[in-house]
Amino acid sequence: MAPVTLRKLVKRYGALEVVHGIDLEVKDREFIALVGPSGCGKSTTLRMIAGLEEVSGGAIEIGGRKVNDLPPRARNISMVFQSYALYPHMTVAENMGFSLKIAGRSADEIKTRVDEAAAILDLGHLLERRPSQLSGGQRQRVAMGRAIVRQPDVFLFDEPLSNLDAKLRTQVRTEIKKLHARMQATMIYVTHDQVEAMTLSDRIVIMRDGHIEQVGTPEDVFRRPATKFVAGFIGSPPMNMEEAVLTDGKLAFTTGASLPVPPRFRSSLREGQKVTFGLRPDDIYPSGHGLHAGDADAVHELELPVTITEPLGNETLVFTQFNGRDWVSRMLNPRPLRSGEKMRMSLDLSRAHIFDGETGKALAG
Amino acid sequence: MKLSKLSAPTLLLLPAFIVLAVFIVLPLMFSLYSSFTPFRLTKPDTLWVFIGFRNYVNVLTNAEFWVAFGRTVLLLTIALNAEMLLGLGLALLVNKATRGQRILRTAMMFPMMFSPVLVGFQFKFLFNDNIGFVNNALQSLGLTDRAIPWLIDGNLALFSIIVAEVWSSTAVFAILILAGLLAMPKDPVEAAHVDGCTPWQTFRYVTWPYLMPFAFIAMTIRSLDVARAYDIVKIMTDGGPAKRTELLWTLVGRTAYGDARMGLANAMAYVAILLSIVFTVYFFRKLAAARQQIGAEW
Repeated sequence: MAPVTLRKLVKRYGALEVVHGIDLEVKDREFIALVGPSGCGKSTTLRMIAGLEEVSGGAIEIGGRKVNDLPPRARNISMVFQSYALYPHMTVAENMGFSLKIAGRSADEIKTRVDEAAAILDLGHLLERRPSQLSGGQRQRVAMGRAIVRQPDVFLFDEPLSNLDAKLRTQVRTEIKKLHARMQATMIYVTHDQVEAMTLSDRIVIMRDGHIEQVGTPEDVFRRPATKFVAGFIGSPPMNMEEAVLTDGKLAFTTGASLPVPPRFRSSLREGQKVTFGLRPDDIYPSGHGLHAGDADAVHELELPVTITEPLGNETLVFTQFNGRDWVSRMLNPRPLRSGEKMRMSLDLSRAHIFDGETGKALAG
Repeated sequence: MKLSKLSAPTLLLLPAFIVLAVFIVLPLMFSLYSSFTPFRLTKPDTLWVFIGFRNYVNVLTNAEFWVAFGRTVLLLTIALNAEMLLGLGLALLVNKATRGQRILRTAMMFPMMFSPVLVGFQFKFLFNDNIGFVNNALQSLGLTDRAIPWLIDGNLALFSIIVAEVWSSTAVFAILILAGLLAMPKDPVEAAHVDGCTPWQTFRYVTWPYLMPFAFIAMTIRSLDVARAYDIVKIMTDGGPAKRTELLWTLVGRTAYGDARMGLANAMAYVAILLSIVFTVYFFRKLAAARQQIGAEW
C-alpha cells in the first residue's frame, strides 16, 4: 500500500522559489499525471518525490512514512527517465536486473523476474543486446522493464515519451496503460502533453508557475475547468475564449459584438462584471453538424464566414470569423466548405464556461 | 627521368616522402644498422664492422640490463597506479566543487608546467638528507630524530623518484578523468540512486565504467612517458647509488655517451622501445574494450 502525500511542498534554488507549497494526495494504486507547460515545477516535484532533489520545505510521505530525508534507494520507488538513462555498459538483462543484483538477490530470482518483465514488454529477444544496439522505443521499454523488475511501491515517469516519434508514442502510451492495469501500483506521470495526461490517468494535476491549478479526473478538468488557464491548457484544439463585460444583460465583447448570457449564469452575473467567456470547439458547430443537440433553449445561432478549414476525415475543424478573430469549431459528418462561405453556426451556450475577469477562476453557474 | 613523367599523385606525395625519409626513416635505419656493429664514438671505423646479433645477445644476457628493465617496469607500475588513484580522487573532488572549479582546474595543472629537470632539482633538494625540507619537517614534528638518507639508500631513492614523478604528472590523470566526469550524462547516475545503489555502488557500477576509457587514455600517454623516464632520474640520483635507481634510458644514455658504446646502446634502445610498444598495445586494447562497453560514440 503506497499512497503518496505532498504537504506544503516547497522547492527553492537559492532565493528563487519554483514550487510554492503544494498539497496533493495520491491514492494507493492511482495513476496520476502532473501536467503543465515547461517550467511549471512538475518535473521538480517528481524529482523531489524520487529523492533526486532536496526538499526545501513541507513534507513528502510515501505509504504514510515521511521520506524527506531518505535517499532515493530507501524510498522503494522506480523511475523512468525521458532520456531512458540506461546503463550503457550493461546488456538489457543486466540493466533490468541491476537493482536486484544490488539488493543481493540470487541469480535465479533475478533471471526469473527479468524474464517475467521481458515477457510483459516483449523484450525477450533483446536481453543480450546493449542499449546502443536498440531503437528509441526499445530503449524506453527496457527502462520500463527496469522499473517493473524492482516491484516498487511507486512508479515515477518523467516525460517518458518525449523522445519518441508520434507513432511510437501512441504505442508505448498504450503499454504504460496496460502496465498500470497489471501492476496495480501507484504511478505518478509527468508530461507536458495533455493528451497523454488525459488518456492515461485516473486524475490529472494541472500545474502552473509552481502552483497547482486544479486536480481532477480527465472528465472533471475537461468539463469543469477550475480556471481559465486549465480551460486553455486541456482540450485540443483549445477552448475559444474572449474577454467580455456584462452590459444590458448581455455579454458584450470589446469589438461590439455580443452574446446572450448562458442560462445557467443568468442569476449569478451582475451588470458591469468583467469576465472571460469560453466555448469548446465541440460546442460550436455548423448547424446540423454538431456533437449533441444540446439544450434547445441555450443554442444560439449566428451567421458567420468561414476563414479556413482543416479536414481530419471523420470531422473538419472549421475556423469562423466572430468578433474579429477566428473561432474554432468542430464539424461532424463534414461536407466540403469554401473559404468565405457564410455558415449558420450553433453555439451551445449550455456548455459555455465563464471565468472571472480578474482572478481567472471559473464562475459557478 | 623527367619530373613531368611522374603522375600527379606521386608528384604531390613526393615532398612528404622525402621529408619523412631524410628526417625519420634514414636516421632510424642508421641507428638500426649501428646496433649490428660494435660502433664506438671514439673509434669511428668500428661503424663498418658488422657483427650480426652480438649486441643483442649481449643485451639480452646482461644482468644489469634486465635489472634496469625490471626496475623500469616496477617504476611504471607503481607510479601509474598511484597517479591513477590520486588523479581519480582529485578529479572527483574538483568535480564536486560548485564554486571556483576553473581556478582549481588550472591550479591542478601547475605541476605539468614545470620542466622535469627543474622538478628533479626541486625534489633533490626536498629529499636532501642534511638540508632537505622532508627531513627537516619530519624532525621538527618529532617523527624521527635521525636524518633519513632519502637519496642515498637504494630503495628510498627509487621511492623518492616515484614521488617526484607522481607529483609532476598526476594532473594528466586528473584532467582526463575530470573531462570524463564532465562529459558523463547525469541520468544513469540518478537511475542508479533510484535503483538502490549506495554512493559507492553508484561509483563502482555506473560512474567508473564510464570513466575507464578516459583512465586508459591517460595510462597510454603516461606509460610511454614513464617508460622513457630519464630527466628526473638523471638529476635526482643519476641512476645511483651504486646503480640502484638505474632505469632503461639512463642505462642507454650512460652506455651511449658515458661509455661511448653507441652500437650496444642502440641495441638496448630497440629492446626498450619494444617495452613501450607492448604497453601501448595493451592499454589501447583495454581502451577499445572499455569504449565498446559504454557504447561510446567517439
